[in-house]
Amino acid sequence: MADQDRIENDQPLLVADSLSKSYGRIAACRDVSFALYPGEVLAIVGESGSGKSTLLQLLSGQLAPSGGQVSYRMRDGVTRDLATLGEAERRFLFRTDWGFVHQDPAQGLRMAVSAGANVGERLMAVGWNHYGRIRDTASDWLTRVEIDVARIDDAPRTYSGGMRQRLQIARNLVTEPRLVFMDEPTGGLDVSVQARLLDLLRNLVAELHLAVVIVTHDLAVARLLSHRVMVMKGGRVIETGLTDQVLDDPREPYTQLLVSSILPP
Amino acid sequence: MTAMIDIADAKKTFTMHLQGGIELPVVRGVTFRVEPSECVVLSGPSGAGKSSILKMIFGNYRCDSGRIGIWHRGALIDLATAEPRQVLNIRRSTIGYVSQFLRAVPRVATIDVVAEPLIVNGMSRADAQARAGGLLHRLNIPERLWQLPPATFSGGEQQRVNIARGFISDLPILLLDEPTASLDAANRAVVVELIGEKKRQGVAMVAIVHDDEIRHRIADRIVDVTSFAAAA
Repeated sequence: MADQDRIENDQPLLVADSLSKSYGRIAACRDVSFALYPGEVLAIVGESGSGKSTLLQLLSGQLAPSGGQVSYRMRDGVTRDLATLGEAERRFLFRTDWGFVHQDPAQGLRMAVSAGANVGERLMAVGWNHYGRIRDTASDWLTRVEIDVARIDDAPRTYSGGMRQRLQIARNLVTEPRLVFMDEPTGGLDVSVQARLLDLLRNLVAELHLAVVIVTHDLAVARLLSHRVMVMKGGRVIETGLTDQVLDDPREPYTQLLVSSILPP
Repeated sequence: MTAMIDIADAKKTFTMHLQGGIELPVVRGVTFRVEPSECVVLSGPSGAGKSSILKMIFGNYRCDSGRIGIWHRGALIDLATAEPRQVLNIRRSTIGYVSQFLRAVPRVATIDVVAEPLIVNGMSRADAQARAGGLLHRLNIPERLWQLPPATFSGGEQQRVNIARGFISDLPILLLDEPTASLDAANRAVVVELIGEKKRQGVAMVAIVHDDEIRHRIADRIVDVTSFAAAA
């Protein structure tokens, strides 16, 4: 078992190899390579237009690269090139072993159906069919993301922004994915709501030993959640390393500018 | 005896790109070793690079050149060239760092802030909290504060929470950046006691302390940082 754990943690889960994407003559993402290990949180930081969202789409197989490849170690231990997965396999991966938390919860939730159904839907997609168990698991997850179970039958359009975002997280985590992509998950929220969400995310990520790729322009979010950071500019990764190292001892002119632009708390 | 920390010819310069690329030399030729059960105190005036050296040993600041050797799980690892994952492993099981200020996470109760390093390393929550409570007691943080987040505590209380968090693990190396700076005499004495206990357990320590009396009581050896001053 210990050996099995070690293999599990010593092999990368996701590997990006020389990933590029261009739109005509515009290169949105150039030559990005890295390996992500189980339980590791990688933050991609940079300003709008730096290519970080394009990179997230490439990594999650939602966009086909112009060059390079992404490989993922499936639950059966076999590492596959995402480009060789069929559409059905890719969708299955997205419903089971992966999560994707959008900045706007409306993109990740079905706003008109109940909260319980939003969470339960993902379970049904992986074959659960016992209504009572689905509802129990959904209630359990609502509690874990600090949503009052009394609201289980309400649709998320009646929820506040922070609650919607927490519901989106519950919906993503209910199938116990190993990898979660997050695109500015705290982006549209008030500062106090942000702090609560960050704290919740930080605990869930550690408890569930999740690997996370999180895109954010907020360096405080990167510092609180991530182990490693990649700084992007003009589609390229210009600096990478341990999060506290890059933020406390930035080397590149652009990273120094980003770090020095933070207002003191 | 095998040194726990073995630094050779380490150099650090900051290049300030926003100030026209001026070079700010910090230290060069940093060379010293720390044995188990030894507390080395770095001395020198402010700005001599003491904190920078501690941060280099923790892997928080990068080195331009030289070696930061750390004895980690039976081998000497060069932190200056280690992969981020390895640095994180070293921090989890070998090096602890007590900074001057507590970087508190909003909403987390004091007892959990202190217990967290043990829980991360696999101890049960109840055991970790029991140990955290013991340390908080010794550091005179009243029990009624334990369930509150430390963000609203006074500077001295926050520092004691930080010390409890830093001392709770059984790590073989501890780095201490002014651990007694804003403490009263009684609490300074507790910290001196804690340092003594760590020494008896074989922990290697590097400390920055401005208080002469404290330095005298904890230092086994003084390393004068001015000899590493980079020619500006």
